[in-house]
Amino acid sequence: MTVSALRQGTGSSNVPLIELTGVSRTYPGPPAVHALASVDLIVHPGEYVAVVGASGSGKSTLLNVLGLLDAPTSGRYRLDGTDTHRLGDAGRTALRAGAIGFVFQEFHLLAHRSVLDNVALGQLYTGVRAPQRLAQARQVLCRVGLGDRLHALPTQLSGGQRQRVAIARALVNHPRLLLCDEPTGNLDSATAAAVMDLVGDLHTDGVTVLLITHDPITAARAGRRLTVSDGFVVDDRSTDPHPPGADA
Amino acid sequence: MTRAWRSRGAGPVPATRLSVRDLLSEALAGLSQRPARTVLTMLGTVLGVGSFVAVLGLTATATGQVSATFSEQTATQVAIDDAGGSVSAGPQATVDSFPTDADARVQALNGVLAAGLRWPVGGGGTNVTTSLRPGAAIAQLSVAAATPGYLDTVELDMADGAAFTTFCDQHAMTVAVLGVAAAHQLGITSTTGAPAIFVDGVAFTVIGIATGSARDPATATEVYIPAATARIYFGKPLAYAPAAMLVRTSLGAADQVADEAALALRPDAPNLISAAHPPSASPVRADVLASLNAVFVVLAAISLVVGAVSIANTTLVAVLERTTEIGLRRAIGARPRHVAAQFLTESAAVGTLGGLIGTAVAIATVIVVALARHWTAVLDPALTLPAPLIGTLTGLLAGTYPALRAAQVAPLDALRR
Repeated sequence: MTVSALRQGTGSSNVPLIELTGVSRTYPGPPAVHALASVDLIVHPGEYVAVVGASGSGKSTLLNVLGLLDAPTSGRYRLDGTDTHRLGDAGRTALRAGAIGFVFQEFHLLAHRSVLDNVALGQLYTGVRAPQRLAQARQVLCRVGLGDRLHALPTQLSGGQRQRVAIARALVNHPRLLLCDEPTGNLDSATAAAVMDLVGDLHTDGVTVLLITHDPITAARAGRRLTVSDGFVVDDRSTDPHPPGADA
Repeated sequence: MTRAWRSRGAGPVPATRLSVRDLLSEALAGLSQRPARTVLTMLGTVLGVGSFVAVLGLTATATGQVSATFSEQTATQVAIDDAGGSVSAGPQATVDSFPTDADARVQALNGVLAAGLRWPVGGGGTNVTTSLRPGAAIAQLSVAAATPGYLDTVELDMADGAAFTTFCDQHAMTVAVLGVAAAHQLGITSTTGAPAIFVDGVAFTVIGIATGSARDPATATEVYIPAATARIYFGKPLAYAPAAMLVRTSLGAADQVADEAALALRPDAPNLISAAHPPSASPVRADVLASLNAVFVVLAAISLVVGAVSIANTTLVAVLERTTEIGLRRAIGARPRHVAAQFLTESAAVGTLGGLIGTAVAIATVIVVALARHWTAVLDPALTLPAPLIGTLTGLLAGTYPALRAAQVAPLDALRR
């Protein structure tokens, strides 16, 4: 039994946001690669989880499965009470758009579109009308401290500012889960600290955060740290004396 | 403020969607990312649709011009032949079914502008010499007996002097009008000094030199003498080269004149006269139009294919270049159909824009060419107005494969790049 499964045994009263049961992901070879091996994991709403591990340990695969960008080979994944393996591509896409915000190491901003357009893109496929999209994008950009760069192009911004735009894009649709893949990987330490302060603020505001990082300082900011190795979650420890979901 | 960042409660998530307005907006934004490339991609369609419209427009304009000339000449001309002769009667047999006042009889018919009789003297080539060059070689020229009405009918274009008149004909004067080529052959350059020519030994005074005529291409090489004079010196027309009358009518009167001519000329024996109705121009016109169109439409189609390949190629390159963008769009909620629709809309927009520009350029070309040639520009609205849609169709067809490729991009693979 994994540490995650033991954690479930501690008795959570809330409905878990993430519930992985025996999830495996194998990439057919040859040779076949077992990127995730029977992972059990429960994350409650409001948690701040850092996933650490060496390169190739399976942490990116874990994030892709959690983000519905990849499907497990076996096992069950419930996101916010929805059994995802029952969903087709349209259902997975809808759940991804409505419930999950992504922050990538490479930012993935559209270089020829303004900062405002890049953030508004986060709601493009959700049926929100353009004026509302732009209004909300403007609001989120002010929140991340870029209210004065609305019409700048991403190429005119620093690395830290670009990552803030990416975070704003992830947040504009009010996701239940924010997945960050090495969000500070391309930033210097001072900029990285500022970005992580922003992520910390978002968590304080109630957003569930799950981030992948190599950096122990970044990981130390999280209330819970998962260590992944060879596809297994080998360690799951909480530094939060009152983790969300724990009984009072 | 804090509440705004709280996640929403659990519940059914509606399927993602993309409105038509957002689709168009995203497609245009995609195209404007690389304006130079978009313009270059558009060139193929501009050329294709442009040549298609220009070819049809120029063909219609040119054909209209040809038809106008062709119709005017043929629809206002009646040829009346002497059907009374028989070739088997022998080489010296003559035929003269036309009355001596034939010109006047036909000219009296309603709608006739001019009419005249003509026949080849001696049945063809005749020996002609000139007083200007005694001892020079005898020239074999085509000498034609013609009534003054004939010279009027063919609309003789005089270079020097004048054509003979009714007075000359009635008094059987020995005068001649030379075609410019015949005059050159005889060494006559001017009527000054009243040069003489000898037709089979009979002297004629040259009173005019004609450069040609609108209705008889042989004018330049002929020697015309008055019909009455010809009858006296060379006899009646021969049976194997009988007299023929040419009638110039007002527009629309030719058929009526052809119907009435035989009876007007020979009420006693109308069967001796045969009047030919003017040929209908429409089959000829249709043939010209069809053959010209076929050639040029094939050329335009080739241009369109080149345009389509250009759009397909550029769109495919764009899909490959924008794979990460596709991955991002998929991650934030785009379904494969949304991605395909965006790329298809982009290629259709390029095609439509190319079609519009091509049509505009082609219309301008047709108008400029028509103005330069003093023609009337002819453009069929039924073909010209929908022409930009050819560009749209080309763009849609060309964008189909790249759009399907884009729709198949897996978000995870795209984001790993």
